[in-house]
Amino acid sequence: METRRMVLGLYKQLLRESAKFPAYNYRLYALRRTKDAFKDNKMETNPEKIQELIGKAQKNLEIIKRQVTIERLYTDTKLVIEKPKPSSHGSQS
Amino acid sequence: MMSGRILPRATREILRSFRRTVSTTAVSSAQAAAASEATTDGQESTQPALRPLYLDVQATAPMDPRVLDAMLPYDISFFGNPHSRTHAYGWESEQAVEKARKQVADIIGADPREIVFTSGATESNNIAVKGVARFYKSKKKHVITTQTEHKCVLDSCRSLEAEGFDVTYLPVQKNGLIDMKQLEAALRPDTVLVSVMTVNNEIGVKQPMEQIGKLCREKKVFFHTDAAQAVGKVPVDVNSMCIDLMSISGHKIYGPKGVGALYVRRRPRVRLEPPQSGGGQERGLRSGTVPTPLVVGMGEACAVAMEEMEYDHKRISKLAQRLLDKITTALPDVIRNGDPEHMYPGCINLSFAYVEGESLLMALKDVALSSGSACTSASLEPSYVLRAIGAEEDLAHSSIRFGISRFTTEEEIDYTAEKCIEHVQRLREMSPLWEMVQEGIDLKSIQWSQH
Repeated sequence: METRRMVLGLYKQLLRESAKFPAYNYRLYALRRTKDAFKDNKMETNPEKIQELIGKAQKNLEIIKRQVTIERLYTDTKLVIEKPKPSSHGSQS
Repeated sequence: MMSGRILPRATREILRSFRRTVSTTAVSSAQAAAASEATTDGQESTQPALRPLYLDVQATAPMDPRVLDAMLPYDISFFGNPHSRTHAYGWESEQAVEKARKQVADIIGADPREIVFTSGATESNNIAVKGVARFYKSKKKHVITTQTEHKCVLDSCRSLEAEGFDVTYLPVQKNGLIDMKQLEAALRPDTVLVSVMTVNNEIGVKQPMEQIGKLCREKKVFFHTDAAQAVGKVPVDVNSMCIDLMSISGHKIYGPKGVGALYVRRRPRVRLEPPQSGGGQERGLRSGTVPTPLVVGMGEACAVAMEEMEYDHKRISKLAQRLLDKITTALPDVIRNGDPEHMYPGCINLSFAYVEGESLLMALKDVALSSGSACTSASLEPSYVLRAIGAEEDLAHSSIRFGISRFTTEEEIDYTAEKCIEHVQRLREMSPLWEMVQEGIDLKSIQWSQH
């Protein structure tokens, strides 16, 4: 169904964009919250509610994209808990 | 507004060239400079020092990206003064402020006209306590509060004492809760205000709000609460709890710093004498230009918190239990300060016997923690809250407060628990007191010699 494809597309996009957050806490929160929100609403059948949820997901996708960009301009070093990536791109994290 | 437009190509190009020409951002270049100074062999060695985990969310919380996203347009394009009545800049700014006002009102079950924006919970507490007391000064001279309140409330009461008021500082029981019978006994015919904080910032204890509210309503005494640590985290309703005044803080609920709100009930009417004179903004209760970006951020933080409250609470409770279980099964002689039932799970205050708190904090340098409230951290004395709950002197010195936020992960909790266990064990190995306890000596029976 078309809605199903749209929802799956949104889900993949949200996860892809959320993974771009430089900050550990924001990144994991966005990923986790997306997965949980989609899982909780998986069984929704009311078409109005589904449209409302899709709208919310689209709005959140916009927010994530903007905030990822802004954060990349002001990012700092990683947390002690993050695995250090081999630095091949100089000092820009 | 910016919604509906995914980054246009022009913006992407700008960002790409920005990254090429400016090789490091201001923040990481400072870090790199510090790190290269630290290395002795002069070689461009490792990355700058990794940042510690943040588990001090009672001190302040990181801003939610959704909040920042709502605020930025008002810092950039829609910069008008909300009190300008003659042009679109003012109107759109005012519209944003009124929307935020409704968002704050909704989360506490109030009417938007009952919300006054301030610079933070400290200012709200000052306005509430001093303002109400001074207004009814001619007839009522008594104020009741607790010994575990935030410094701003206690200090406001102290200044009221200097003005001739009587203040009763109610003690708390060992679990941090007040005794309702003591409160009832303390009420006098000339009591004007009772101020009790909803959730304590140091030990996380949740006071019996409905009971206190009902009692105050019966005796016709105003009930003020500092709900900075409670709003957005546990359900708070000004009507079911019969609250007349409430202080809210922006940066405790993932909002911006420098903004807060005060709820002032309209029915029945609460009058107060505003301490700040000026243009009469915010119903005359708090003059001064309302900072639209901050207020929009606070409103958004409240809206997000209302939506996420159940999800966050469930998650934080699980993480809190995980942390507690890990620590208490691996370490003996760990005391939890505060009532285990009536508390907010995201604030865990533990005392580790036979270990000095400051040395444990320093050992746990990879986790940002605190041993009490931020505002008392400068002094060497143990916190007055711990003293009020009757914690013994040595246990009060060895307390650590763990704060769990919406953004805390299971990995961070596991890491913190591991490090905590490791360092407590290490410090206990070094402690002669611990040795004596292991040998079965009762420390209280020792006669310490005077030199």
